[in-house]
Amino acid sequence: MIRLIDVHKEYDNGTKALKGINLRIDDGEFAFLVGPSGSGKSTIIKLLTGEISASQGRVIVNGYNLNNIRRWQIPHMRRTLGIIFQDFRLIEKKTVQGNLEFAMRTVGASGREMRKRIPYVLDLVGLDSKGDAYPNEMSGGEQQRVAIARALVNNPKMIIADEPTGNLDPRRSLEIMTLLERINAMGTTMLVVTHERDLVNRFSKRVVAIKDGELIRDGQGGYYRA
Amino acid sequence: MRRFNLGYFIKEGFTSIFSHGLMSFAAVCMIVACLIIMGSFSLLAVNVDGMLSQLEEENEFLAFIDEDYTESQISALMEQVRRLDNVGEVKYITRAQAKADYLKGHETEGLYVNLPDEVLRDRLSIHVVDLERFTETVEAVYALPGVVNYRAAGEVAEGFVAVRNAVTALAWVLIGILAAVSLFIISNTTRLAAFARREEIAIMKMCGATDGFVRWPFIVEGLILGLMGAIVAFFLQWAVYTAVSGALLKNGGSNLFTLMDFKLLWKRVLMIFLASGAAIGALGSGFAIRKFLQV
Repeated sequence: MIRLIDVHKEYDNGTKALKGINLRIDDGEFAFLVGPSGSGKSTIIKLLTGEISASQGRVIVNGYNLNNIRRWQIPHMRRTLGIIFQDFRLIEKKTVQGNLEFAMRTVGASGREMRKRIPYVLDLVGLDSKGDAYPNEMSGGEQQRVAIARALVNNPKMIIADEPTGNLDPRRSLEIMTLLERINAMGTTMLVVTHERDLVNRFSKRVVAIKDGELIRDGQGGYYRA
Repeated sequence: MRRFNLGYFIKEGFTSIFSHGLMSFAAVCMIVACLIIMGSFSLLAVNVDGMLSQLEEENEFLAFIDEDYTESQISALMEQVRRLDNVGEVKYITRAQAKADYLKGHETEGLYVNLPDEVLRDRLSIHVVDLERFTETVEAVYALPGVVNYRAAGEVAEGFVAVRNAVTALAWVLIGILAAVSLFIISNTTRLAAFARREEIAIMKMCGATDGFVRWPFIVEGLILGLMGAIVAFFLQWAVYTAVSGALLKNGGSNLFTLMDFKLLWKRVLMIFLASGAAIGALGSGFAIRKFLQV
């Protein structure tokens, strides 16, 4: 669950990235966060992951109040999130299996847990035969699937996908989005940041639109209907 | 820390060392150089201190007694001297004994055989406890009534104290400077390793890794480099010390400059090297990684 209550963010250089954002995303929801470049989408992601803190207002993520979260609690908050990036951010020198083990090891998972969870997740994203492949041997769509598998492997409550289809062709983009929809149907909350109008319009999901740091629309389906 | 993680940290530490081998080699060399310089000065300080202790054990001066003093007055004077601060053993030497001792040193010279006892004075041989306060003690004895003169090699004692203090101070200054240099080098090595792995670190942090989980492999890497440096430095130090000690003996070094046997010192040297190497490695890495944890 995400709650942003009258959130403002002003950077040290004086840029006002967010101006009084109010947003609530409940458990199990699927929401697109859309807006043009520089609208404040990345700032919201950074606020949600605890990379930066709000200048004003309250930010609550999966029960953690990020306004007064202690430094040692941030890793625990992040374990409730799975994050997917536009550029995949896979470790090139590790295999697919290695990348997933790496993600599980960081949260202290045992070998037995890894052996049980990784095949399940690879099967879920359609990469059950690619465990031994290296990222540079795979297509962009497959690499993004690995990134999705990595985001899922620690069983997070919510996935935040930052432009997950930005580096993919339309067909692969659709596949990835369909996969995210399927994961959401299994109970994982999904927040997908994108500026791909066509893709958003194909899915009848909640769309939160921001522009110049202000929320301009929050409704079901469609990109902008202002 | 779970055993599972400990194995992972050690594996990652070793992997990292070999992934930037040249920088690791440079770091080990720097630690070796620093420890050897540090060790050499410390060993010099230990030896000078040892020589000084030896000198202190033998150190005494003579206080000459007024010729008119009676036996009972001399006994009272001895008691007064014993009560003074920094005075150890006090021995009374009669003029006859003094003459006999003197003649022992000049047996071949018949010239002194008929020397009357009266030429020499009764005296007290006084042992000083702390050589650093030698002059002060001599003056305190000389100020007592009944002591008419003294003979003391104060310059030698004070010279030794000055040398010991200078070597000790220099050793500490060098230890400080070289420890700082070593820390800097290790920090740079770790910073390079962390920079090369900054993407991995960012991913770890985003997956929910704690600072400790990210930091430990780097600390282990620093520890391994520090310990490797310490072991190499120990054997080199041993070789250098033995060579210098041998050279001093060969060149007819006086008793004053005979170095202690390394066998008496090796355990202490090894422990200090290992502790210093480990501390420099772990601290240097720990400081260097901090910046990369701000994700």
